[in-house]
Amino acid sequence: MFPTPDDFYRVLPEVLWCGFGTLLMLLQPFFKSRQFFTAVAAIAALAGTACSVVAGAFPGPGFNGLIQSDPYSTFFHLLVGLVAFLVVLAAGPYLDRENLPAAEFYALVLFATAGMGVLAGAQELLTAFVGLEMSSIASYVLAGFRRDSLKSGESALKYFLLGSFATAFFLYGIALVYGATGTTQLDKMFAADPHSSLLKLGFAMILIGLGFKVAAAPFQIWTPDVYEGAPTPVTALFSAGPKAGAFALLLRIFATVPAATHLWFWAFWILAVLTMFAGNLGALVQTNIKRLLAYSSIAHAGYILVAFASVTYLGNNLSDGAGPAYAAILFYLVSYALVKIGAFTIVSQIGGTGEKHLALDDYAGLGQRQPWIAATLSLFLLSLLGLPITAGFFGKLYIFKAAVDSHLIWLAVIMAVNSTIGAYYYFRLIVIMYMREPNAEISAAPLVAFPFSIVVVLVITAIATVALGVAPNPILRFILDPALIGNLR
Amino acid sequence: MVPTTYYIVLSAILFGLGVLAFLFKRNIITIFMSIELMLNAVNLAFVAFSQASGKLDGQLFVLFVIIVAAAEAAVGLGIVILIARNRQTLNVERVDLLKL
Repeated sequence: MFPTPDDFYRVLPEVLWCGFGTLLMLLQPFFKSRQFFTAVAAIAALAGTACSVVAGAFPGPGFNGLIQSDPYSTFFHLLVGLVAFLVVLAAGPYLDRENLPAAEFYALVLFATAGMGVLAGAQELLTAFVGLEMSSIASYVLAGFRRDSLKSGESALKYFLLGSFATAFFLYGIALVYGATGTTQLDKMFAADPHSSLLKLGFAMILIGLGFKVAAAPFQIWTPDVYEGAPTPVTALFSAGPKAGAFALLLRIFATVPAATHLWFWAFWILAVLTMFAGNLGALVQTNIKRLLAYSSIAHAGYILVAFASVTYLGNNLSDGAGPAYAAILFYLVSYALVKIGAFTIVSQIGGTGEKHLALDDYAGLGQRQPWIAATLSLFLLSLLGLPITAGFFGKLYIFKAAVDSHLIWLAVIMAVNSTIGAYYYFRLIVIMYMREPNAEISAAPLVAFPFSIVVVLVITAIATVALGVAPNPILRFILDPALIGNLR
Repeated sequence: MVPTTYYIVLSAILFGLGVLAFLFKRNIITIFMSIELMLNAVNLAFVAFSQASGKLDGQLFVLFVIIVAAAEAAVGLGIVILIARNRQTLNVERVDLLKL
């Protein structure tokens, strides 16, 4: 019953992230320099990411089945660790500019990352709940980190209220599932009776709870407000990390418990369609770039839900080709996370002190004034749109293919229509950058500086975007490894 | 002995009340309390199911819910104080800077 050393190796990334987070808070009174904390936090994020490989070398259940170490969890640990690293680097200059305390900020980022890591490895709904709350509670604080700003406080309030509302639904769902099956351990629900109404209701409420977290329509209303009000590097974190964690848990639940898989095909179908339309139609009328990207991230959650629909439609039979559908979800999450972080990093720099320049018009003439930045942002936008030689192209292609292969023709058609709608607002921003003359205020302003750490983030995300778009095979080989998905059952 | 169904029905009613209060109340503190009500409805359901099945893990879950709810309350009240200090109001309808 007592934990063995192996158990601790299985949670090594979380231990490191939490430990460094605590260490940062302890060091806070003794060091003044923000650069120092940025360096420590960046090293911590990378160290945790590296340790997820160690955790992956000890596969199997840890702590009596509370947490699971398998290639699937390693994959998500690598993803959220990389996200944390990039966010830390992107946040350094931002915190300097806004004169915000650095140590607490990075500690919260690391705690949230640890929570996402726990989510990725959760094989037991208790662990999933704790992981979800670790990442959520840290996120609530991060959203309100600019304490003097009315918008930031409002964003934190909205995120907190709707987030805890969603958590309550998630918990009630767990309670009902527990009542129906007598266990909260996912792998023990294998034989659960799919016709039990208690179980159906329970999984429906879990789906609602996680639907809030991934911003699926009709539970997406909080997203634009929270994304707009939160400090921009935090928005970058929100759009990548917690979403990946929640999707990881959702996929694990529906891959491990056959009863859930068979029940929820139509639920995913409807959620996917609603989410795609809510995101893309909402984005058409936006004039604030953070809100535009928020709506675009709702739309992208919709595309991922298309792949969920085809996973649940194909059921658990890997020979029917559910493998590529799973892989499509994982690939999409990677490509999308990198692109969103890159895009929000540029938005954060252009926003300037006090986040004043967030209107789309502030990007007028960027193509002439700062061609490299404009080109990088265009690359990210084209990847979000899904044009070839970018990661987004293969992401969309695989999901589209999964939908067609599982004969969900209408869903595929709706997805194609939505991608076309998306083209309008992504191209609108590119046109503003290259075709429109800047107004007098912008042309008089000095060029926006891009410090070294920001450049590092942009180079990493841009190169990854192109690399995944030109040669997706290495990562695909890792994702498509039967051990990754096969182990979930 | 009271049948388990009664407890579950009671917990469902409490949860429903929490949802209604969340949707229709306007004071931030009241909304916050309605979330606590929902969490306690969850606790009641867990304990009832745990008692019915004779296993302890449901009751263990309740302990975790209580601990996490406390952490959430600490952060939540901090945010409420921030809002109250910045705006001199606790009415959610007046917290409306972020809109389309």
